[in-house]
Amino acid sequence: MKLAQNLFEPAISQISAEHINRPSTTLLQDAWRRFKQNKLAMAGLITLASLILFAFFGPRFIQYNYYTNDLMNQYLQPSWIHPFGTDALGRDTMARLMYGGRVSLAIGFVSVLINLSIGVFYGGISGYFGGRIDNLMMRIIDIIYSIPELLYVILLMVVMGSSGSLLNIMIVLGIVNWMGMARIVRGQILVLREQEYVLAARTLGASSSRLMLKHLIPNALGPIIITSALAIPMAIFMEAFLSFIGVGIQPPFASWGSLAAEGRLNIPSYPYALFFPAAAIAITMLAFNFVGDGLRDAFDPKMRK
Amino acid sequence: MAKYLLQRIASALLVIFLVISLTFVLMHSIPGGPFSREKQVPPAVLKNLEERYHMNDPLSKQYIDYMKNVAQFNLGPTFRYEGRTVNDLIKDGLPKTATIGFLATIFALGGGLLLGSIAALKHNKTPDGVATFIATIGVSVPSFVMATFLQYYLGYKLGLFPPVGWNNGALKNLVLPSIALGAYPIAQITRLMRTSMLDVLSQDYIRTARSKGLPGYVIIGRHAMRNALLPVITYLGPFFAYILTGNFVVEYVFNIPGIGQFFVTSITNRDYSTIMGMTVLFCSLLVVFNLLVDIAYTFIDPRIKLTGQKGA
Amino acid sequence: MFKIKKKRVLTVAVAMLLVVSVILTGCSSNQPAAPAKVMKTSFNAGAEPKTLDPAVSTGVPETHIETALFEGLTRIGEGEKVMPGIAESWTQSADGMVITFKLRDAKWSNGDAITADDFKYSWLRALAPETASEYSYQLYYIKGAEDYNAKKGTADAVGIKVVDPKTLEVTLAAPTPYFIALTAFHTLYPVNKKVVEANKDWSLKAETFVSSGPFKMQEWKHNDQVVVVKNENYWDAKSVKLSEVTFKLIEDNKAALTAFESGQLDALEHIPIEDIERLKAAKILKIAPYIGTSYYRFNVTKKPFNDVKVRKALTLAINRQMLIDKVVKGGQLPAYAFTPPGMVDVEAGKDFRKVGGDYIKEDVAAAKALLAEAGYPDGKNWPADVTILYNTKSDNKLLAEAIQNMWKTNLGIDIQLHNEEWAVYLENQKKLNYNISRAAWIGDYADAMTFMDMFVTGGGNNQTGWSNAEYDKQIKDVANKSGDQKVRIPAMHAAEKVLMDEMPIMPIYFYTLPWVIKDNVKGVFYSSLGPIDYKFATVE
Repeated sequence: MKLAQNLFEPAISQISAEHINRPSTTLLQDAWRRFKQNKLAMAGLITLASLILFAFFGPRFIQYNYYTNDLMNQYLQPSWIHPFGTDALGRDTMARLMYGGRVSLAIGFVSVLINLSIGVFYGGISGYFGGRIDNLMMRIIDIIYSIPELLYVILLMVVMGSSGSLLNIMIVLGIVNWMGMARIVRGQILVLREQEYVLAARTLGASSSRLMLKHLIPNALGPIIITSALAIPMAIFMEAFLSFIGVGIQPPFASWGSLAAEGRLNIPSYPYALFFPAAAIAITMLAFNFVGDGLRDAFDPKMRK
Repeated sequence: MAKYLLQRIASALLVIFLVISLTFVLMHSIPGGPFSREKQVPPAVLKNLEERYHMNDPLSKQYIDYMKNVAQFNLGPTFRYEGRTVNDLIKDGLPKTATIGFLATIFALGGGLLLGSIAALKHNKTPDGVATFIATIGVSVPSFVMATFLQYYLGYKLGLFPPVGWNNGALKNLVLPSIALGAYPIAQITRLMRTSMLDVLSQDYIRTARSKGLPGYVIIGRHAMRNALLPVITYLGPFFAYILTGNFVVEYVFNIPGIGQFFVTSITNRDYSTIMGMTVLFCSLLVVFNLLVDIAYTFIDPRIKLTGQKGA
Repeated sequence: MFKIKKKRVLTVAVAMLLVVSVILTGCSSNQPAAPAKVMKTSFNAGAEPKTLDPAVSTGVPETHIETALFEGLTRIGEGEKVMPGIAESWTQSADGMVITFKLRDAKWSNGDAITADDFKYSWLRALAPETASEYSYQLYYIKGAEDYNAKKGTADAVGIKVVDPKTLEVTLAAPTPYFIALTAFHTLYPVNKKVVEANKDWSLKAETFVSSGPFKMQEWKHNDQVVVVKNENYWDAKSVKLSEVTFKLIEDNKAALTAFESGQLDALEHIPIEDIERLKAAKILKIAPYIGTSYYRFNVTKKPFNDVKVRKALTLAINRQMLIDKVVKGGQLPAYAFTPPGMVDVEAGKDFRKVGGDYIKEDVAAAKALLAEAGYPDGKNWPADVTILYNTKSDNKLLAEAIQNMWKTNLGIDIQLHNEEWAVYLENQKKLNYNISRAAWIGDYADAMTFMDMFVTGGGNNQTGWSNAEYDKQIKDVANKSGDQKVRIPAMHAAEKVLMDEMPIMPIYFYTLPWVIKDNVKGVFYSSLGPIDYKFATVE
C-alpha cells in the first residue's frame, strides 16, 4: 500500500490556524478608535487644537503686537478694539496672550518630553531590577529631591548663561521634574513585575527588554500618560512660579504664567488683568485633563472589550 | 524588619551627608555673597564681616567645621539675623509651617480620597463630574493666583476670614492659607484616587465581592480602598515636598512667619548657613517621610518586598 | 460653560465657608470696649529686622522701629531740622574740627542715667572690628575711626573724649558740616554700656532690650510684629501721646495693602504702583518727599557706551514726565540732574538742586543727531546684544520695558532686557558685567556729598568704570577737605556739571514716598531720609 506523504499533513496548517481574520489594528489605531468615542476627551482635544491655533496663528489676524507700548492707553477695559483690554504699558492683552501661549505651550510640551524620557527610562530600570539597584536609584532620587529646588533652578540658570531664555527654562524644568515620573513608573513596575502574567512570560523565556517593552511599560501607560498630562500644566505652573520669583521668561516676551504673575499684582485695581491669563491657563488645564483621562481610557488594555 | 530599619537609617545618614556636600558646593558656586549690598561695604568693613563669620577660612575648612557642627545638631548662626541661629529660626518657624501643612494635609488627603472614591463609584455620573471639576480647579490655577484670589475675595471683599497674618495661630487665620496650600494636592489626590479606584473596581475580586451581595461601603472600605491607595501613597513623597516648599507662596502672600519663606529668602540673601540648615532639615524630613511611605507600602500591599529580593 | 460652572462651584464654596466662619466667629470672644484714652496705632515696617541693635542694623524696617525706640544726640524733626535730642546743646570749634556736646539729664528705659561714657562706648563698639558693623563707615568722620575699624589703629586713638558724665568732645578727621545731623543716624545711637556688657544678647529679647527713645520694646514676634510702648523714662515723655505702636512685619506690599484696606493695619509705605491710581482717586494716597534718585548706569568700558555721544543720545531720548505719569505714578519728579532736591546749599533755605538747575534737556532730534555722529544713524549698525540689566521687581520691569520702547521708537535701536535675582544683579553690576544697569541711590544725610562722592575713580559705588580727574579733584581735594560751605558746595556743583557732561549715568526721576495712613492718626512725621517718627503722633 502506498500512502501519499501528504496524507499525513495537518488538514489546516498551523500557521493558518493562528490566522486572525479580523484586520489587525495597532495599539495606536485601537486607542484612537476608543478615544474618539469619548466626548469630553474630544472636546478637550479640540480646545487644545484651538488654543494652539490661537497662539500660533492668531497674531496674523490682529493689528497689535506684544511689545509696542501705548502709554496713553494703559489699563483699558475690554472693548471691541482691545477685546481683552490693555496692560500697564498700554499693550494689547490679546496679542500678549497669543504670544504668551506660544511660550507656555512650548515650555509645557518640550519640558515634559524631556522629563518623560528621563523618568520612564530611570523609573523603569529601577522598578524592573529592584533590589540593590532599585535602592540605589531611589536614594539618588531622594538626594535630588532633597536639594532645595530654587537653589537648583537659580544655579542651573546661572550656569547656563543668561537666565530666562526659553530654551534654558525648558531644559531646567525638564531636568528638575523627572523624579516624580520616575517614581510613578517604578511604583507601577514594582507591582506589575510580581503579577502572574509576568511570571508566565518570564517562564516562557522572555528577555528583560521584551518584558519591559511588551509587558511592563504598556501596562504602566495609564499612569505615565496621566502623569504627563498633569506634568504639562505643572511645567506651565513652574514657569509661572519662576516668573513670580523673577527668573522666568524675559520681558517684553511673556508667558501665561508671567502674565498671571503680573495680573496678581493688579487684582484690586484691574481684576481683568488677572482674569484673562488665569482663564487661558485654566482652559488649557481643563483640556489637558480631559485629554489625559480620555487617553487613559483609550490606552488601558483592561478596558478592551 | 529591625535589620531593614538599621540599613535604612544608615543609608539615610549617607543621603543627608551627600546632600549637604552637594548643596555646599552648589551654594558657593552661585554668584554674589551674603554681604552683597546696593551700597557697597568698604573693604575694611567687609574684611571684618568675613572674619566674624569665618568666611575668610579656606572652603575646605569651612566645610569640615560645618560638618562637625551639624553632627552635633548645631546649624550655626544665620547671616541674616544678628545673634540668632538657624536652630532658632527652625524652632520659631517650623511649628507654624507644620500647622499649616497639617491642616492642608487633612484638607487635601481627606478631601481627595473622598472625592476620588465618590467619583470612581459614580463613574461618568454627576458626582464624578463635580469631583473632577473641583479637582480640576485645583490644578488649573497657579498657587499664587489661588492664594491671592482667596485672600482678596474671601478675605478682603467678603470679609469671611482675616486676609493677612498669623495672629498667634488663631484658626480663622489659618483657613485661607490651608485651603490655598491644599488646593493643588487635593486635585492631584482626587485624580489619582479616581484612576486607581476605577482600576481596582474592575478587578475580579471586586466582582466576586459584589456577586456575594456585599454593600458598597464594605466593598470600598474592606476590599477596594487598600489596593486603590497604592498610587496615592506613591504620591505622598512629592506631596510632602510640595507642602514644604509650596509653603513659600502661601507664607509670602498671607504673611505667615513659618520656615517656608527661608527657602527662597535664604537663597536670595545668600544666607549660607540658613540655606544649609534648610537643606539639612528638608532632607532629613523627606528621608524620614520616604521611609514611612515605604513601610506603609508593605502594610497595604504584602506583595511588595522592602528588602527587594528578586522574584526570579 | 466654564464660567457658569465656576460660578456654581464658587457659590457652593462661599456657602460652605460662610458656615465655617459663623462657627469660628461665634467662638471668638467679644472684645470689651477699650477705655477711650489709650492711643494705639500700627504701621507696616516691612521685612523682619536683621537686628534692632542700632550699631549693626542696616535696613529700612530697622530704621523705622529704631526711630521709635532710640534717640541719638540729635533728632530729625519736622522740615528735616536737626533738633536737640539726648544732647541739649553743642558747640563747634572755629575750624570745625572739634564738636562738644552737652548732654541733658536723660534716662534709659530701665531708669539708668544716659552718660557721655555710654556714647563713647557705643561708638567705639560700632567701630570695633569684632562687631563687624556694616555701617561703621558712618563714623569714619571721627579722627582715628577708620584706622581703628580697619585694625590699623587703636581704640584709644579715636577722637572721642568724655570730659565729664554730661560732656562729650568729638574730634573729626576733616571738617564735616553734616556731622551733627549724622548723630541722629542709627549707627550713632547710644546703647546702655552696663546692659550691653552684662549681656551681649540684650537686643534679641523684649525683656532685656533697653533704649533711649520715646518708646520701649514690649514684644518681638519674629516675622510677625514688633510692639513698642511709651517709655516713661524718656526725657520728653510728656510730648509722647501714643501708648503703643505695633510695627507689623509684612514683606509683601500687596498683602500689606490688603491688610490696610481690611482694617488690620493703620499705615503703610511702598504702595504697589498698580494701586496708586485707585488710592489717589479714593483720596487716601499721601506722598512724602524722599531723598533718592532712580537712574541707569552705563558701562563706559564697553562698546557702545564708551562713546559719550551714545550715552548722551540715550539720555536725551526718553520722556521722563511720561514715565512718571504713566509708569511709576507716585508723583516723582523728573531728574534732569543727579542730586535730588532736599539738600542744603550755601545759603540757608536754598536748595542744592534749585541752585544747580537742570543739566539735561530732553530732545529727540538732538539725540538722533548725536547717535548718527557716533556712527549709528537711525539705529543702523547698533550692536544686537546691548541689554538693560535690572533686578527682579515689577516696578523695575515696567520701567525697563517702557524705556526700551522709547529708545526703539525714538532712536530706532533694539535693546534687550535682562533681569536677575538681586545678588546676581549686584554681582554683575559690581564686575561691570552689563551694558546698561538699573540703579537707585537713597541719601544717608541731607548733604549733596551723600550723592556726589559716589563717582570718584575706583569708588565702591561707582560701578560704571568711569573716571574723571576734574571730578575727583573737586570732590576729594576741595569739597572733602573743607568745612566751609562756600568752598564745598560750589565744588560739588562743579563736580555735578562734569558728571552730567560726561554722563556715565542717566538720571530718570527723583523719588517720592507714596504711603497711606488712617485719617484718625495725626502728627506722624515722615523724614525724607526714610524713617517714620511716631514721637508726636496722636490717634483721634
